[in-house]
Amino acid sequence: MAVSQETVEQVASVSEKYKYGFVSDIEADMAPLGLNEDIVRFISAKKDEPEWMLEWRLKAYRYWLTMEEPTWANVDYPKIDFQDIYYYSAPKTKVNPKSLDEVDPELLEVYKKLGIPLKEQEVLAGVEGAYNVAVDAVFDSVSVATTFRERLEKEGVIFCPISEAIRNHPELVKKYMGSVVPYTDNYYSALNCAVFTDGSFCYIPKGVRCPMELSTYFRINAAQTGQFERTLIIAEDDSYVSYLEGCTAPMRDENQLHAAVVELIIMDNAEIKYSTVQNWYPGDENGVGGIYNFVTKRAACRGVNSKVSWTQVETGSAITWKYPSCILQGDNSVGEFYSIAITNNLQQADTGTKMIHLGKNTSSTIISKGISAGRAQSTYRGLVRMGKKAENARNHTVCDSLLIGDKCGAHTVPYIENQSRTAKIEHEATTSKVSEEQLFYCQQRGLSEEESMALIVNGFCKEVLQKLPMEFAVEAQKLVGISLEGSVG
Amino acid sequence: MLEIKDLRATVGGKEILKGINLTIKPGEIHAVMGPNGAGKSTLSYVLSGRAGYEVTGGSVLYKGVDLLDMSPDERACRGLFLAFQYPVEIPGVASATFLKTAFNAQRKFRGEEELDAMQFLKLVRKKTTELGIKDDMLKRAVNVGFSGGEKKRNEVLQMALFEPDLMLLDETDSGLDIDALKVAADGVNRLRSPERSALIITHYQRLLDYIVPDFVHVLADGKIVKSGDKSLALELEEKGYAEISAA
Repeated sequence: MAVSQETVEQVASVSEKYKYGFVSDIEADMAPLGLNEDIVRFISAKKDEPEWMLEWRLKAYRYWLTMEEPTWANVDYPKIDFQDIYYYSAPKTKVNPKSLDEVDPELLEVYKKLGIPLKEQEVLAGVEGAYNVAVDAVFDSVSVATTFRERLEKEGVIFCPISEAIRNHPELVKKYMGSVVPYTDNYYSALNCAVFTDGSFCYIPKGVRCPMELSTYFRINAAQTGQFERTLIIAEDDSYVSYLEGCTAPMRDENQLHAAVVELIIMDNAEIKYSTVQNWYPGDENGVGGIYNFVTKRAACRGVNSKVSWTQVETGSAITWKYPSCILQGDNSVGEFYSIAITNNLQQADTGTKMIHLGKNTSSTIISKGISAGRAQSTYRGLVRMGKKAENARNHTVCDSLLIGDKCGAHTVPYIENQSRTAKIEHEATTSKVSEEQLFYCQQRGLSEEESMALIVNGFCKEVLQKLPMEFAVEAQKLVGISLEGSVG
Repeated sequence: MLEIKDLRATVGGKEILKGINLTIKPGEIHAVMGPNGAGKSTLSYVLSGRAGYEVTGGSVLYKGVDLLDMSPDERACRGLFLAFQYPVEIPGVASATFLKTAFNAQRKFRGEEELDAMQFLKLVRKKTTELGIKDDMLKRAVNVGFSGGEKKRNEVLQMALFEPDLMLLDETDSGLDIDALKVAADGVNRLRSPERSALIITHYQRLLDYIVPDFVHVLADGKIVKSGDKSLALELEEKGYAEISAA
């Protein structure tokens, strides 16, 4: 099916500007405002964590105190008051419910509004066209429901909230957590290590091809709350998993902080496909409110012939600061990064990737599509590094920017470091504008101005949209249209 | 069908159309000829509602309704089709997707049921076969990498698909070889009916050998200076615009 085929109907069917902007009245269990060692202890105690986990958090917290907030990104925002954030908020319901019946109905209502197929029964009933996706749902600070666990367990796949993995699979968590993104890595990852509250844990054993897509939906609901999720995915030898991540938040006037860490570990001949549709609240047209999305995502291709592919559609957030990266350590390992970043109104995005080639014959592909509208600023920042031993390593980068209107900006900042004599690195970049001619041509065939814009922009993004799993591709196409509303005329 | 009265329009502050009067009845084909810079393309853009073409006076009634009040897409949905002189490229959007999206938008406007992918494909294949257009064009991105002839064929295909009530052809013959010209003319002639009208804008008489107009008008310096039947086109070809305009 052609990617943008159904776009226009979909755009037309979703008339709201930000349809996820509702606030749910759910009683929450909150930590006191602000951050200190006691808050870290509070979170650890709430999660019923073992001592070693608390120790690690405290080490990270103490290290964070010595660090400076980074300023090199091409984004501009008032200084964050880290003492004015709630670091823990949990819906007052039974934590870790045994089944969906124990989950607060109001909460299930929220997920229903988000269009998440939480109700296992319906899915299992085999309704035609129903999702075959296992879902973990994270609400503010806790994971509230994970579906399909039994079926996954049969295959030996572990898919659960990370807080549970810490208790039930300490050997795996100890071995891998922090092994790709150590707590010393950067300011926000250190903060995340200290105060992370939940997230998803996936373990795909040797030789297993995960029988369904795994998916996590993140939602920030409580006011003034930060969300610090932590995701860890391990793909053992000869295994495969496709993982999807979706994010939404209510409309609020103040800015909220989201600082996640995602670590992927890929062993011999294994593959992880990681897709994100990020639609945090972007703030209003005057730039009031919105999520600060400061995320560290990194994959380590440790095994030979291992492969990781990051696909992201970034349409939300007031500020995005995110560089999903690949460390290509195993010989013949492959890293891919496919990105669409749309900024409208006063949104700012500084996003890209790092491809670190260490092993022989490693290859990487980067396709970045940046779209700026309104007064938004969008920056692609990417590093390609070929190590001394990266014989015959290859990289191909395509970086396209599209401008809508004349008040926005697009910037491309590629870094290339090559220590290998035999490496090949290719970089292509283009910048174009949606022309009045193109819009008029579409309109003359009967499409409204906004339908025309959605069609043109979806065409621009086609190569990346095609990389998304079907369920997400449809949602992503809709989002492309919605996030550009008001950008024409 | 179309009633243009004392139409005046400016582009970038400069007056290009200086009082056009033209009435097209259902079933009629009118040709507007004129030298470069006379305002031929401006007339087609004003009628189709392109931004930047400002109407400063006069009126246009289309099927008895004020045309100038409608958005470009509404005009299209109500059956006004412009075949572009320079069809526009839309990278990444397959022609089939573009056609289906636009086709269904028009159907939706008219309160008709939209066609699904299979129904649409069947319809569009029928049209390509009739017009002798290769199907592979449908898979390619809209006009991207098309030759001049292919672009014009694509316009004709769209016209055949949308079956408009009023066809505006803006120098469709420019840059076409004789075969492509025949395809274009064939596309228009197939659509000729007592209910359907056309306004053909052209610089040369050549196209009118294949699409025989009922009326020919000469546009010079933003005004229609002479009208007649098809023999006027031949006279123009012989004597040139300067003499006719001066007369």
